[in-house]
This record gives sequence, structure tokens and C-alpha cells, in this order.
Amino acid sequence: MSTEYIGKPTSRVDGRDKVTGKAQYAAEFEALNLTYGVVVSSTIAKGRIKAMDISAALQLPGVLQIFTHDNRPGLAWFDKSYQDEDSPPGAPFRPLYDEKILFSQQPIALVVASTFELARYAASLVKVTYETEPHVTDLNQLRQDAYTPSKYKSAEPTPRGDAETGLAQAAIKIEAEYNHPSEHHNPMEMHATTVAVAEDGTLTIYDKTQSVLNSQKYISKIFGLSTKEARVISPFVGGAFGSGLRPQYQLFLAMMAALQLKRSVKVVLTRQQMFSFGHRPATIQKLVLGAQANGALEAVVHEAIAETSQFEDYSENLVNWSAMLYKCENVQLTHKIAKMDVYTPLDMRAPGGVSGMFALECAMDELAYATKLDPLELRLVNYADKDYSEDKPFSSKELRQCYQQGAEKFGWNKRNPKPRSMREGKELIGMGLATGAWEVKQKEASAKATLSVDGTLQVSSATADIGTGTYTIMTQIAAETLGLPMEQVTFKLGDSTLPEAPLQGGSWTAATVGSAVKQACEALKEKILAGLRSAKDSPFEPVQTLEDVVFTDGRVFLKNNSEQSVSITEAMRLAGENVLEVTITAKPKKNQQEYAMFSHSAVFAEVRVDEDFGTVRVSRVVSAIAGGRVINPKTARSQVLGGIVWGIGMALEEESVIDQQYGRFINHDLAEYHVPVSADVHDLEVIFVEEHDDIVNPIGAKGLGEIGIVGAAAAIVNAVYHATGKRIRNLPITLDKLL
Amino acid sequence: MNSFTYTRATTLETAVQDKASAELAKFIAGGTNLTDLMKVNVEGPNHLIDIRQLALKDITDNADGGLRLGALATNADTAYHEQVAKRYPLLAKAILAGASAQLRNMATNGGNILQRTRCYYFYDTATACNKREPGSGCAALSGFNRIHAILGASEHCIAVHPSDMAIALAALEANVNVTGQQGNRTIPFSDFHRLPGDAPHLDNTLQPDEIITSIDLPAKGFAQHHAYLKLRDRESYAFALVSVAAGLEMDGDTITEARIALGGVAHKPWRNREAEDLLTGKSATEENFKLAAAEIMREAKGYEHNSFKIELGKRAIMRALEQAVKMSNKPDSHFHRTSTEPV
Amino acid sequence: MQNQAAFEISALQPALPPQQAVTLKVNGQEKTIKLAPWVSLLDALREYLQLTGTKKGCDHGQCGACTVLVNGKRINSCLTLAIMEEGNEIITIEGLAKGDELHPLQTAFIEHDAYQCGYCTPGQICSAVGLLAEGKAKTTADIKELMSGNICRCGAYTNIVSAIEEVIQKGGQAHE
Repeated sequence: MSTEYIGKPTSRVDGRDKVTGKAQYAAEFEALNLTYGVVVSSTIAKGRIKAMDISAALQLPGVLQIFTHDNRPGLAWFDKSYQDEDSPPGAPFRPLYDEKILFSQQPIALVVASTFELARYAASLVKVTYETEPHVTDLNQLRQDAYTPSKYKSAEPTPRGDAETGLAQAAIKIEAEYNHPSEHHNPMEMHATTVAVAEDGTLTIYDKTQSVLNSQKYISKIFGLSTKEARVISPFVGGAFGSGLRPQYQLFLAMMAALQLKRSVKVVLTRQQMFSFGHRPATIQKLVLGAQANGALEAVVHEAIAETSQFEDYSENLVNWSAMLYKCENVQLTHKIAKMDVYTPLDMRAPGGVSGMFALECAMDELAYATKLDPLELRLVNYADKDYSEDKPFSSKELRQCYQQGAEKFGWNKRNPKPRSMREGKELIGMGLATGAWEVKQKEASAKATLSVDGTLQVSSATADIGTGTYTIMTQIAAETLGLPMEQVTFKLGDSTLPEAPLQGGSWTAATVGSAVKQACEALKEKILAGLRSAKDSPFEPVQTLEDVVFTDGRVFLKNNSEQSVSITEAMRLAGENVLEVTITAKPKKNQQEYAMFSHSAVFAEVRVDEDFGTVRVSRVVSAIAGGRVINPKTARSQVLGGIVWGIGMALEEESVIDQQYGRFINHDLAEYHVPVSADVHDLEVIFVEEHDDIVNPIGAKGLGEIGIVGAAAAIVNAVYHATGKRIRNLPITLDKLL
Repeated sequence: MNSFTYTRATTLETAVQDKASAELAKFIAGGTNLTDLMKVNVEGPNHLIDIRQLALKDITDNADGGLRLGALATNADTAYHEQVAKRYPLLAKAILAGASAQLRNMATNGGNILQRTRCYYFYDTATACNKREPGSGCAALSGFNRIHAILGASEHCIAVHPSDMAIALAALEANVNVTGQQGNRTIPFSDFHRLPGDAPHLDNTLQPDEIITSIDLPAKGFAQHHAYLKLRDRESYAFALVSVAAGLEMDGDTITEARIALGGVAHKPWRNREAEDLLTGKSATEENFKLAAAEIMREAKGYEHNSFKIELGKRAIMRALEQAVKMSNKPDSHFHRTSTEPV
Repeated sequence: MQNQAAFEISALQPALPPQQAVTLKVNGQEKTIKLAPWVSLLDALREYLQLTGTKKGCDHGQCGACTVLVNGKRINSCLTLAIMEEGNEIITIEGLAKGDELHPLQTAFIEHDAYQCGYCTPGQICSAVGLLAEGKAKTTADIKELMSGNICRCGAYTNIVSAIEEVIQKGGQAHE
């Protein structure tokens, strides 16, 4: 396939809007008679509200209403009305439902006023008295109470063989426990919703979300609106990383207030309140690996405990990686969850994968030392040439190339295998590696393509661009398919009136929406060709299929006679069409089920650790990715770079600390919840290895949103061990742990 | 944020009068800390007096050979000031190790040393804090106290002072000039901040009607031998877990005078003169540095999550002294990203 | 709002601050708006002047998304009050391009893919404009350090630094 755009580094089509400040995010739309809602949050983790005194706040001129559980309007009765497309099993949280407090910082009131400042002030005047009950927020104390959920949210553990026997046969055994804390997504844009109420009562809802349709369905069900009445728009999303997969409570509160007051309402959470909903769950993971003397795995045991809330059973694919990543007959897996008085955890960039593979890949590193094998050699000894967990071939797997090219670029052969053997002055130098994987999925999605007689093409689908580059790659795919210049193509997303698309998450958007865009453009080509065939004296008359023509440079050529061509606009005129429009739905092909579909990575990290202080600097990372076809190497590289930065954060900095006295995330701001800053990021390199895959989807792309982070944290942790000889199994590796 | 009125002061006299006339009034200049605290309802002034128009921005020579830093000179203008960079590089480095470029452009010298603790509990009105609400208790004592004090704390408060600049000023033995209704007075830097004792709501000895007008740096700047070492949870834009400002006077290999101030360990910049005296007249050896470090940490007391600061502090003191001895006079980068950067 | 106020509210007579006319000079244009002293410069720009290019990422000076230039210096607009900035020259992201001609940093950000979600981008660019004007960044390490007041959660730092370096190499302030 000749390519004009796919595979070429392309600057973002929405770049100009982003660098000039024109890109509008959820809190930035003008609305008639706008009012401002400020959320009052609970100060306790468990108990009930005894009384709320809103009188002082309410008497301020300009305060329109203060919504509480006492005075909220009647709402949908059933729990399931509050369910959304990413709900785990259980009963979703219902804001302002009753006086019960289920977690600290629970929203307990919404103050609506004519200005933001007034609403904020009034919120501080709301007096609340509570009856507190003892809370449980320490996962470590809940080990014995952890249980197997009756239904897993995503993946059920898939053990195989007999691990006990495998371990008995093993010449070498390692066993260790790995922990990581809760983490919060903390996208730069705080969650926000603006509900614009027009003069005639029409609602337009601007929401920060990874799916306008998910938000739309949620509010339609709760407030009894038709989808027509609840139009949700979200053209730009200031980062999400999973935090926008479920409708958050500011959407509910803004809607409720707007409907009650019949006024436009904007609700923006504070940064502190960004710690009041979903987060990556803390986990406690035990790994036992048994191997022959040559490193071949005899048994893998991976037992995990993770936190969930009192009201929903959140779980993620945490342990199944231990069944698919390597070749091993005997795998024992358990994944239990424990109820705490916190909000339900929520998918966060590579949910489960980055947590589970952190533990597995650190354990593999420990096994490498135990077997006296190079960590890379150990991975090759156990290389899985099929997915043993499901006994399926991989649709493609170029992981060997990742290892090879990554190791070469990184200079892995310069590594002295002995821990604490490399140094420069007071700096201990360490090199570590880890494998990563992420499951590739194609979902069902629709797209509409509209070609105008002026030669412009508009393609649309109700997906999102959370910074991933959706606008750009969809434009590339459409331009490529129809052979039009990029400038003549626009892609629309983030509007619930557009054709249906799934949540933007799980790295499936490129494959899913990309396939729909491609098929929609193919369908347009059929229409153009049909028109050409029927035109008078058309040289295209004998053409049977699209195979016989070429669409390029805005023209249609006969494949066997390039002298014969016609511009697309001329073709439309000939057919008497001003506009050609198609809407299609792309579905994954059935044969996908016969394959295991994964992207893979090999991540190599170098750290420099001050031997006196334990400060860790990640001086170099090489991440080699097998992610199928790379549609846009420029934005693809950015995705992976971002993933590495997240790996640095997870390995060294990020921790949402719960104060057990209050059951409350206590470092709830960006000064004390540390994410990497520019000075933390040094030499990062991304390699995309060639990987051809016809099975995953018609585009051949595997998606890159998550694979960049998976493996990155583990590689850094393993490098820290190599540098210092200290195995830290409890993230993040802050300096005190290395002293 | 509370409701408040706002005026701009045009003279020092009216500023002081205005402040004295309203019980809950506050001065505002850079606003980097006050505005932040007002938004989380920790501070709630009902009247703000904007003092940025006052003529307190200059940095000028003093007759005693020292330098006077205007209270309203910004942290950035101070750190990059030619005389500060040349004669007081320790101060310049400490300032540049703190906050961000944007905050340093806003924050003033007076405001910097008045900034309040970053204790999580002080910032969160859902929790007990004697500094914020006297008598409510100290949640940090039995809470997550990783960033808290190991020296000079009390059963009422274990918060630490967050400033980097103040640590250098303590080492330099600066003086703080203030004006109030009773006239002018000068407060030696070591007396400016206080330990929490049973009144942790008081960070310093400034009286309610007083305003800082300038900070005087004595002539001795330790430009030849100094170091500012800051250890934190990421390479920039984070508060110190432990920081050390060290200044040495050397005669050959012999230390003739030593100054060591610590940040991140106490309610005020921490000095220990006995430890400094231990070094006076001694040669600059690891052994002697170790003795000084041990002396400084002799009475240190760790809590559940911060005991590591005791050992970290000792090592930081030793490294800072070592760097101060070895430093060359070549112009170098203004920044200390990690311990591993050469001074 | 997070919590109840720490100080005794009842003593303060819940009352509203007086509104007053404040003239802000933003991107070369004087604009008079009525607001109370408790309005931050950031909220004045976003909510009163509809200049939403300046972003609110934390509202506490901990992220840099709200960075604007005041009298040529980069500051966090969330931590200053609008009323305090009366009479000062304020430049926001909307004021950097000259008509259709982008500021060299804006062009470089597009070229280097120095963003992903774009939310921190205006703050990064304004901060970089300030950095160039300060003239203190001599090395890559200096750029990283002096740009560390701008958090990018998408992790675009590598490309942000490349974009800034390119503009410095090309002579920095060519756009002035």
C-alpha cells in the first residue's frame, strides 16, 4: 500500500489551537447567565451528617441555592441508573443521596452563586456536624479480610498446571512481596462541567470526559432526559489517564443545579478534590518463582490483594500477566480485594498491567540474580512463542526485536552483572530492564464521512482526544484512504450527536475508531466510483472494484492507465452530487478470537544513585516498542515518552498517602503529591520495532497509550537494585528507603 | 476565601497605621503564600494592604561593607543581583534552589522569610493543628510526619520552616529591619524565627503592627567557601527534606570560622554554635566534619516517619562542608539539582 | 470548597466585598471590569475577560498552568489578585502571536510535538517566553531546572526542552 500520510511524522492538526490558547476545555465555554457551583466536601471518612447549617451562606446576596441531601430534588430511584460503561460490579456512588458518608472528601453540598468567588466563600460558611464511625483505610490491616470478588471487573485469573509440583521440582526458588501505594491520575485540567442553558431551555453539556456518550447516558438515565435533550460536548480534554472513564460527580451536580435553577451552571473541582474520587488501587503482591538451574520457569505464583470501596468491587487485570508473559507450565494466580472507606478505585494508565508487571518483572530480576543469569538472558530462556494462558498463537510478537534493538541502543553489554559494581565518584550507577505487554483490543465503532463538492472531507465519531493524537491520526487515515491532501480533511469528535464510539481508553482508539474511519472512507470511494461508472462516456465504466483504481492527490486514476484520471470534485459533479455521505459501523473480525493480541516492550533504564543520600536520578531510558503499525511516529513517540515519565513517577515519586487517623489522602495537592518535573527527565529514547499485523484490525495498529508505562517502573526499580545492591519492593523508592 | 477589603499603601507610615487599625488586616506583596492560604481557608484576613508600591525594592551597599536587601525586592531580583551573586553566592544558590522561576519572580524577600509551614495538617482544615487553630491538637504527631521536624519540636507542633532563603540568611547571620508603631528595630536572624513551644501559632517574633523593611547582610559573605545542599523528593520544585547552608573561612587547610544552618529539620532555620565551634581552628577533615554533624544531631528526635532525617542530615552536613572546602571560584551553574551536582 | 473555614466566621459578619472598576492592560488592550478584590488575576482573565487560554491547573502555584507575563516577567496568575495588577502590562498566550504569525516558541512547540493534551501548553509557552527574556539558561540542564515550575502530566518534557533549545539556538527573541 502506497502511503502519503500513514507512518509519516505529522504535526498535530489541533496544534495551532493548543499553542494559541484557542482550544477550549470543559470549563471554558461561554453560557447564558452563567452561575458557578462550588462543592463542599466531607471532612470525615465514615459516618453520617447530623446537621448542616446553610443559613449564613444562603443569606448572602448572589447565592442562588445550596443543594444538600436534605433538599435535593427527587432523582432516579435505582442504583443501576447511576451505572456507567466503566462501572465495576456493585452499587455506584450517588452524590447527595443521603446523609451517609462513605469516604473522606465526599461531596456533601453544592453551593451555586453568581460568581465563583462568592460560591467559594459561601461554601466556607456551610457548617456541618457529623456523627463519625470508625473507618478502615489501611490495606495492610485488611490482608485477612480480603476476598475473591463474585465477579471480576475485567479479567478473571487464569491459572494453569500445578504450581505446587512445579515449585517442588524447581532448583531455584525466589519469593517476595511487592507493594505500591494508591496513586491519583491528576490530569492537569481539573474535572469540570459547564451546563449551558439556552433561552429556550436547550441544554448543552460541556464535560471533561473520555466518552461523551458515557456522560450522556449517565445523566439521561438519572435525570430522565432523552439523548436529544442531553447533548454532551468535549472537544478537548486536559489529560485524563483514566480519570474521565467514569462520569464524575461534578457532572451530576452541575446537571442537577442547572435543571433546578434553569440557569447555566459551571462546576470545577479543586485540585484537592481531584483526590476525592477514583485512583489507582494500592496493591500487595506476593510472587513466587521456581526455575531450573538454567533459568527455565517451573512455576509462577502471583497472589495479589488490592483495595476497593465499600460500595463497588473494583478489580483490574493484575495477575494474568504472570500467565502470559513467559513460557511456564504451572501458574497459580489469585486476586483478592479488600473493602476500605475510600472512593472506588478507577482505571489509571495501564490499569493492572503496570501494577502486576512491576511485581512480576522485579521478581524476574531477582530470579536472574538467583540463577546467575543476565536478566535479558533469563527473559529469552523463558520467551513465550504463544500465549500459554489461552493456548493461542500471537497475532504478532516482535518482542525479541525489542530486546535486541533496545539492548543494543542502550549498551546493555556494558553492564557489569554484579550489583553495586559501577560508579562514578559518589554516584552508584545501575542498569535494569523489564518487559512490558498490553492487550490489544478492537471494539465496535461508527464513523461518518462527508465529502463535499469543493473537495473537503469531514469525518466524525463520538470518540475523544485526551492528548493521544486522535484528531491527527484520524485525519491521516482519512486523507490516506481517500487520497486527499490533509488540509482538506477535518475530523470531529467529542460530541454526543456524532456516530457512536466506545470509551477512549485501553489503547484501543487508534484501532477501533481508525478502522471505522478507514471503512467510512472506503465506502465513500465506492460511491465515487459508482458515480464515475455511470457517467456518460466514462473511461471508468468497465471498472469493477476499487482494486482497479487509485485515489491519490485528490484524483481517481485508472490503475492500468494512469493517463486516465478525474478529480474527485469533478467526479462528484459528473454524478450530480453536491455531498456524498456515509455512516458505517466497523466491527472486529471474528478470526481475532483465534489469536492472542498484545503489544510488547523492552525497557532499559540507567539510574545514578548518590551513595550517601539515596537520591535516584534516572539518567537514561531506552524503550523499545512492538506496537504494530505506527500511524504517526511523532505523536507515537510522545505517547511513549509520556509513559516513561509516568514510570519515573511510579518508581520514585508518586504516592497518595492516607492519614489513618482521618482516613483521608493527606498530601492532596501538587506540592506534596509529587509527579515528575522537567528536571527529573533526562535522556529518553523510543524505538519502534517493525511489526506487521493483519489480524489485530484493518489498520494494523496496536495502540500506544499504555504500553509506554508498562515495564518502565520495573526497569527503574531493577536498575536501583543493580546500582545499590538494595532491593526495594515497596514503591515509590524515595531516598529514605535507600539510606 | 474570606471576604476582604483592599487598599494600596503609598507610604510606610500609612501602611503601618492601616495595619494597626484593623485587627484582621494583613500586608500583601508577592502573595505567593498568603493567597494560597486564603484559598484553603487557613488565612482569613478581612483587609489586605498592598505594599508593593512602597519604596523597599532596592538592594544597596551598607556602610559596614554589607548589603541591604529591600524587603520588597523579589527573590529573583535578589538572587540574580550582581552584588549578591558575587559576594553572597550562598544566598543566591539557596534562593534559586527554592520554588520555581515564576514564584521567585513574585515572592519578595520579606515575604519569603514570613512564609508558613507546608505541614499537610496545617493546610487541611479538616484536621487538628495547633499552629492553625491553637488548642486543637497536632495531627502530625501521630499522623504522617515524614516531612516534619527532628530538632526543637514540641508536643504541640512538629512543623518545619519551608524557606530555603532563610537557611542561607541564618548562616550569614543577617539582620531583619522592621518598622512598627513604636519605631524601628533590628532583629538578629537567629531571633527572628522561633521554636514552637506552647505557642506554635507564632512563627516569628514580628509584632502585629510591624513590617519588615529590609534584610541586612553582614560584610562576611563566605564567597570563597560555601555550599547550599538541598535534598528533596524530586530534582526541582519541591520543599527540602533536609537542606544545609554551609559557609567556611579557611586559612590553608584550617577552618577559621564555620557556619552551618539546616533547613527542613526544625520550626526555624537550625544553627548549633557548639558544633560550629568544634570546627574552628581545626583542619578540614572528614573526621572533624563527622564530629560536627554528630553534635548538631545529638539531640535530634525522630517520629514514626521521619527518623531517616537524622542520618540524612548528618550526611548532608558532611557533604556540604566537603563541597564548601573544595569549591573553586570558577563561576558555576546557579542551581543545585541534586546532591551530585558540583557546587 | 474543601472545608469549613479555620477562622471564626461569625465574628466577621458574612458580607460581600465591595465591587470596583478595575482596568487591566491585557495584550496591549485596556479593559475595565467590575470585580471584588478577591478575584485572582487568573479568574479575572478566564471568567471576566473570557481569555481562557490561561489555564487553571491547581489554583495554588504548584503547577504553572496559569503562567502569564506581567511587565515582561513570568508569574503564576493564580496567586496574585487582579486588583493588584492594575496598571501593569499583562501578556497572555492570546497575545503572543502577531496576527497569523505565531511566536517562534509556538511554532517550535508544534514542530517538536511539545505537548499532548495541551492543557499545560499556554503556561509552558509563556514560561518559556519569560525564560528567554531572563537569559539565565545556558545549558540544557538550566532549561530543565528553570522550566520545572511548569508541570506537564502527559510527560512531554523531552520535547518541550527541545522546542525551547531550538528557539534559543535560533536567536531567542527574534519575535520581539
